[in-house]
Amino acid sequence: MIGWFLRRLGQVIPTLFLLSIMIFGLQQLMPGDPALIMAGEERGDPVVLAQIRAELLLDQPIWTQYFAWIGRVLQGDFGFSWRIRLPVSQLILEKLPVTLQLGTMAFIIAVVIGVPMGIVSAVRRDTAADWAANGVALAGISTPNFWMGIMFILLFSVELGWLPPSGYVPLSEDFWLSISTTIMPAFVLGSGIAGVLMSHTRAAMLTAMAQDYVRTARAKGLSEKVVVLKHAFRNALIPVVTLGAIEFGRLLSGAVLTEQIFTIPGFGKLVVDAVFNRDYPVVQGVVLATALIFVGLSLVADMLYMAVNPRLREA
Amino acid sequence: MSATTAIVATGDSPSRRALRRFLQHRLAVFGLVVVVLFIAAAIAAPWVAPYDPIATSWTRIRKPPSADFWFGTDENGRDVLSRVIWGARASLMAGVVSVAVAMLIGVPIGLLAGLAGKFTDAVISRVADAMLSVPFLILAIALAAFLGPALENAMLAIAISAAPIFVRLSRGMALEAKSADWFEAARSLGNPPWRTAYVHVLPNIVPPLLVQGTLSIAEAIIAEASLSFLGLGQQPPSPSWGSMLNSAQRFLTQAPWMSIYPGLAIFVVVLAFNLLGDGLRDALDPRSQRR
Repeated sequence: MIGWFLRRLGQVIPTLFLLSIMIFGLQQLMPGDPALIMAGEERGDPVVLAQIRAELLLDQPIWTQYFAWIGRVLQGDFGFSWRIRLPVSQLILEKLPVTLQLGTMAFIIAVVIGVPMGIVSAVRRDTAADWAANGVALAGISTPNFWMGIMFILLFSVELGWLPPSGYVPLSEDFWLSISTTIMPAFVLGSGIAGVLMSHTRAAMLTAMAQDYVRTARAKGLSEKVVVLKHAFRNALIPVVTLGAIEFGRLLSGAVLTEQIFTIPGFGKLVVDAVFNRDYPVVQGVVLATALIFVGLSLVADMLYMAVNPRLREA
Repeated sequence: MSATTAIVATGDSPSRRALRRFLQHRLAVFGLVVVVLFIAAAIAAPWVAPYDPIATSWTRIRKPPSADFWFGTDENGRDVLSRVIWGARASLMAGVVSVAVAMLIGVPIGLLAGLAGKFTDAVISRVADAMLSVPFLILAIALAAFLGPALENAMLAIAISAAPIFVRLSRGMALEAKSADWFEAARSLGNPPWRTAYVHVLPNIVPPLLVQGTLSIAEAIIAEASLSFLGLGQQPPSPSWGSMLNSAQRFLTQAPWMSIYPGLAIFVVVLAFNLLGDGLRDALDPRSQRR
């Protein structure tokens, strides 16, 4: 187990190193001179420009800039926002809980819809229920979630008036109000993932149901419910758990648009606003943070995989 | 044995058998028909669109759908149907071009990794891992932001973000090919490595690439719409489904038709590409079961 963990870490570290080069390299794509952008009104003054260049190490060779940058990042310093003079790390830490709340709710919705649908669809293979479940999953995957968000606002806020169309109330302030402002975006965000989870659960269940131990369980007279849930599903869970952890990373991606539609002040809104304000350190910081979360999650997924599948532990 | 003789007797080639399996798959054929219709509409946009997609008119602002304007008109008096038809150009082009570029980048690199092995493979695989660890859309947004807002840049950003999938896929297929007898035969005949890769390995991995390519187009169309929705893709006044939805959102209460139709267009075309991809998978890989 420890050997495995070290080997896995041996893969993660070069990946993170390359990732840091890539994210640092992003700013090289930027059109124009960053010093000019930062100088703003004072862009005509060569003294100010030289000062900014020296401050940002823009007058240094690129590898010096990289090492200075990565050194700061390793200490948790993601630089300063150009727009609002606040540390990027502080902005991210402020916005992340909002997105995590949204993401967790979306994930719960996705699991509650996707997994049972996958089981039913596998058990009732090639029946109307199976076709319907597949259709719903395919529709979920094919609907752009920002359009679904707009349609939900139209239906539930404009037409029916059941839920607020936008805005956000933190959980700590008012639990139920917070849930009512996030339930619609969470459903929108979760629906695509539900489709993915459904088709993977279905595939894993079909594989499990064809195994000898399922036949044995049936042969010894267990009820179909016990066979499906206790024998087949527990084994089908293995690939689903791994996938689930990785899909959670994808939620962060989807959150960008969902937060935009429902004006929820999270991580996604932060990056979009930063893009339009040409606040590049914030964009860089958000990309870095999501990548770190994603790498962390896939590590967790692999560990979960080991935990739920003891056969792998010896390897 | 009897099955083999039967196939030989009817003279069925593997591609004919794949075609027959595909045609039996009704949903996939439906997907293909829808895709072809959309492509035809996009190409014939100047002739099929009833109105000029960018001509504004102050006398017909936000008119609901009617016999004259099937999908209604938008906040500048432009015909929504005509804009949806013209918008198909941006979406389909973004989908097809960005996936083609992603394949052009990803497939040779993946083949190189799989066939060269050792250090080359390790470096390429880690770079692909690094790129895949940034969620697709966030990477595309960041790239589009740094490159500047334009449809071409959005396409490039999507292509770069989608490339690692093709690296992984073709690397895996190359590794599989390496252990096949025909690979050893091609090599021992004295073919140089590049020739073995392009003449022998590449044709063998076309089916999975075709399947992944089709599914990736679906994803790329959503990505382009998302970037245009955020204002990072097609720039106004040129129509694109994503940017139409962006302006439509402001008039949701007064003019819901403005946001219904462009989104419906995205949904239908993405669904069609997904159905087509699933059908191709079933037709080209006889071993795989229906998902």
